[in-house]
Amino acid sequence: MEFKPSEMMTVAAARPLNNDDVCFVGIGAPSAACNLARLTHAPDITLIYESGTIGTRPDVLPLSIGDGELCDTALMTVPVPEMFRYWLQGGRITLGFLGGAQIDRFANLNTTVVGPYDAPKVRLPGGGGAPEIASNCGQIFITMALSPRGFVDRLDFITSMGHGEGGDHRQRLGLKTKGPTKVITDKCILEPDPETKELTVVSIHPGVTRDEITEACGWPIRFGSAVVETPAPTAEELATLRDLQDRTRRAHAA
Amino acid sequence: MARLTSLSEAIAENVHDGDRVAMEGFTHLIPCAAGHEVIRQGRKHLTLYRMTPDILYDQLIGMGCVDKLIFSWGGNPGVGSLHRLRDAVERGWPHTLEIEEHSHAAMANAYDAGAANLPFAAFRGYIGADLAKVNPNIRHVTCPFTGETLAAVPAIRPDVTLIHAQKADREGNVLLEGIVGVQKEAVLAATRSVVTVEEVVEEFGDVSPNAVILPTWTVTAIAAVPGGAHPSYAHGYYKRDNAYYKAWDPIARDRDTFLAWMKENVLETGPEAFAQYAKPKHAGQGA
Repeated sequence: MEFKPSEMMTVAAARPLNNDDVCFVGIGAPSAACNLARLTHAPDITLIYESGTIGTRPDVLPLSIGDGELCDTALMTVPVPEMFRYWLQGGRITLGFLGGAQIDRFANLNTTVVGPYDAPKVRLPGGGGAPEIASNCGQIFITMALSPRGFVDRLDFITSMGHGEGGDHRQRLGLKTKGPTKVITDKCILEPDPETKELTVVSIHPGVTRDEITEACGWPIRFGSAVVETPAPTAEELATLRDLQDRTRRAHAA
Repeated sequence: MARLTSLSEAIAENVHDGDRVAMEGFTHLIPCAAGHEVIRQGRKHLTLYRMTPDILYDQLIGMGCVDKLIFSWGGNPGVGSLHRLRDAVERGWPHTLEIEEHSHAAMANAYDAGAANLPFAAFRGYIGADLAKVNPNIRHVTCPFTGETLAAVPAIRPDVTLIHAQKADREGNVLLEGIVGVQKEAVLAATRSVVTVEEVVEEFGDVSPNAVILPTWTVTAIAAVPGGAHPSYAHGYYKRDNAYYKAWDPIARDRDTFLAWMKENVLETGPEAFAQYAKPKHAGQGA
């Protein structure tokens, strides 16, 4: 079955999620992946959006973090201060799923500015919930397309910390959570090296070459010692994803 | 006691040049009609607070009402940039905009601290994040019991908070339902508050004993503006107009297109223009 790289990315991002996860969902690509997981192999996953909706089961993907669909289908909806204080800071979230504009080799993310902070070339939306999602969730998955503009050698701004300068930087700052454990792109899957924490290719999507990955990354990307091929999307995964996206398109055009 | 009045009077009496103003709503119940009235009345030199400044703050910034923005995420959700915000930050149009940037956790905690009449909020945040390097209002305190270092930010205490809600009753109590965001905290943290509502009812009837209600003695003024949260939404009344958020992008990209749109759709209209978006939940109760 033919599939697009963006579909492979969403499918690969959905697969590692499971029924026991309590997942803090970022808008956009993470939201698509989390809901695909819920509609395929992880029907009991708990999805939480920062607008306060807990245990939500949207029929269409939300355009914003607080679409009515999220509240209508949630187990409960709590005020935003409670969301960040009791649920996120309280340590109840096992997994945070983030996107970003830019990422570096230690999975630090920038969604704040390109260029100097005081005189930015591009002013991006900012961090929103990300700085504390990155530190308070048990672990972090990140999904974004692999491109030289997105995967950069040096970030102008660290909006949310991944592994900082690498190695044991998180522990040195007193963090007890794991930080980013997977970065799922449209070409491959990356995981931090156990020692250095540098992102390393562990799985390559079907039809993608190592050269294509190297060219699309802004730093000299490393490949792990046992790189595997990502299984292609199944017919069920693709059909479920396309149905979801079709429903979403129709709903947002109305 | 809250005064039931017109939107124009409520804004004229409660929002002044130079005020610190919060217009809250976490993608839901955004007080768009109230914000437009602020623009129509030509308020200047405002300091605006909001966790998620979106189209409404893009409009206020582009119309030159705002000197300073205190925020944690400034974008058009699911669509992209706020072009008027970017033009102000990147090119100083229509004038320089000072920004004070936080994370959501910080803003939510700061509203909570404001409502609790505390001078600051402490929370576990900003670890390894660069915002702490560029925002002098992000500081740290040491827990007197454990010695843990925690982030600290000043409480938010607006001069006036504007929100939109589903209902007020004849006594001026206000009911919010759905994604309630940070509005209760923002009202209780403020000196004054203006609430627009979908409808004014005799009494709320059968609501949960745990419903989010702002008693009349916590609210300064109430104006019935059906549809007043459009293009955001009012749970139980009308849905988020996602197509409108997408349509805003090309309007806001260009200064002249933006100004022409604002003239036609804000400056030359009134709050009654929002009524077309309202669908009262119960026939016969529309205000």
